[in-house]
Amino acid sequence: MSGILVITEERGGVWNRMSFETLAAGQQLASELGQSASAAVPGQGSGALAAELASKKLDKVYAVDHELLNVYTADGFTAALEQLIRKVQPDYVLFPHTYQVRDFAPKLATRFQQVLVSDVIAIRKEGGPVFVRQLFQGKLNADVKAGGTAPHFVSVQAGAFRAEQVQDGSAQVETFTPELNAAAIRSKPQPPFRESARAVDLTAAEIIVSVGRGIKEKDNIAMVEELAKALGGELAASRPICDNGWLPMERQVGSSGQTVSPKVYLAVGISGAIQHLVGMKGSKTIVAINKDSNAPIFEVADYGIVGDLFEVVPALIEEVKKAKG
Amino acid sequence: MKIIVCIKQVPARDSQLKVDASGRWIQEGDLSFEINEPDAYALEEALQLKEKHGGEVIALCAGPARASQTIREALAKGADRAIHIEDEQVSTWDTLGLARLLAKAAAAEKPDLILTGLQSDDLGSGQTGVVMAELLGAPSATIIMAVEVLNGNIRVKQELESGWFQHIDMPLPAILTIQSGINKLRYATLMGIKKAKSKEVKRLTTAELGGATAPTATTERVYLPKKAKQTQLLEGSAKEAAAKLVEKLKFEVRVI
Repeated sequence: MSGILVITEERGGVWNRMSFETLAAGQQLASELGQSASAAVPGQGSGALAAELASKKLDKVYAVDHELLNVYTADGFTAALEQLIRKVQPDYVLFPHTYQVRDFAPKLATRFQQVLVSDVIAIRKEGGPVFVRQLFQGKLNADVKAGGTAPHFVSVQAGAFRAEQVQDGSAQVETFTPELNAAAIRSKPQPPFRESARAVDLTAAEIIVSVGRGIKEKDNIAMVEELAKALGGELAASRPICDNGWLPMERQVGSSGQTVSPKVYLAVGISGAIQHLVGMKGSKTIVAINKDSNAPIFEVADYGIVGDLFEVVPALIEEVKKAKG
Repeated sequence: MKIIVCIKQVPARDSQLKVDASGRWIQEGDLSFEINEPDAYALEEALQLKEKHGGEVIALCAGPARASQTIREALAKGADRAIHIEDEQVSTWDTLGLARLLAKAAAAEKPDLILTGLQSDDLGSGQTGVVMAELLGAPSATIIMAVEVLNGNIRVKQELESGWFQHIDMPLPAILTIQSGINKLRYATLMGIKKAKSKEVKRLTTAELGGATAPTATTERVYLPKKAKQTQLLEGSAKEAAAKLVEKLKFEVRVI
């Protein structure tokens, strides 16, 4: 067994950009281990996308092609990739940590008596590779070593590796046709849909004031809304606020909501779990107001106020109004 | 419908965490614990399905003795009975080791549906439900926002990324991982708390379920993350800090 196998992701013939971040991670791991990296593109007619990877520094690109992979199912993808992995026998299998991967990769790893080392933010070398992942919603990091018999399964977090660092080279494209049986695919997915047209487009806002769990009660949101108004910005929220129905879902920033990159993102009472950070860490300036100085939001903040938001926000409204005259 | 809900007890959300002497886990001594939030939504979904379709809700929890508090709370909210796989070493197991024990305990009950949260707030690996499904040979779906029962099958609403959803039809028995926000959580009533005291909690030992298996992936070290950015902390009273921030927004960021 040797080599790294990167499982890429596409939907309707369009790459998920995280595929390239994972390819970069795979190439990095391969060079540290003195091995080569290969890639797999599962889907129906995935040959066209696989061919796009022929110019990358990879050993092989496998177009895992079958009509039953036309739409994603956990049963179909697990069976197809299990067959590919048994043939290729890699040391490490890398995935982008997408919702789809979360749906099937743990199942696939179980078939090899392995666990998925999930949502990895960095790979270091200390003898063997050490995978860094977050615990407690990003409050702590953990160094994890993969053990047991290869292959080892690892998924990488969005933004942890850079897509533009994928190295060019040449790769041989090979079609792999798994044996799949329609009767063994138990779930029947219907076409994807959106809940409703978005009335609020947060992506166009220059200033966003976003509120999280620290606000404690629905009635307190008015205070943050007033701050947003004073600054001439849009009001947004982290997921728990929308889950509680305190603000509509369309104001949610994060992996299940909108991805924004305003000039200023002011996070009020948001601890900064990764699901939120992926939606706003591209903002030009990030300001965090939080009572916990160890909150992960401060890892990405340019300016921070450690304090009670119920004192800081009213003071801030007053100062902003004063400055604007 | 017989529904098993797998719940986990985790440190309370606003806990101040400190790394313990081994450097591999946190100091648990002075923490308070609560139900893992997505599991609370899974429990609520199970209770609502039972109210609609009848049947039984069984809370299944692997954890040390202290987890019995979380189990009691689940019973007070309306679970009919509970199974506690009691072991002080649970935090040293990996997902596969844990899922093996949960799956074995669940299989003996022959449930129609198993629900759990999409991930835990402590380890966040997001795998237990899916691994259990594989071990039990049941279909699974993750990050679920609605569950509907349709003549022996279920139709679930799965959350995709960036505000997209899809419906999936699947046969029972099945395992679903539930997303936070799928429903509105109930509080335990006084009557519920009273009733919970007489509800059955079956205690199982690890040995009775075939024993613990050595973890494949091991945590070598736990530590505070290094900051990606140098944060300028604005200090002083609330008023002083607010004034400093407005200065920065006006003269450095130039948005005021």
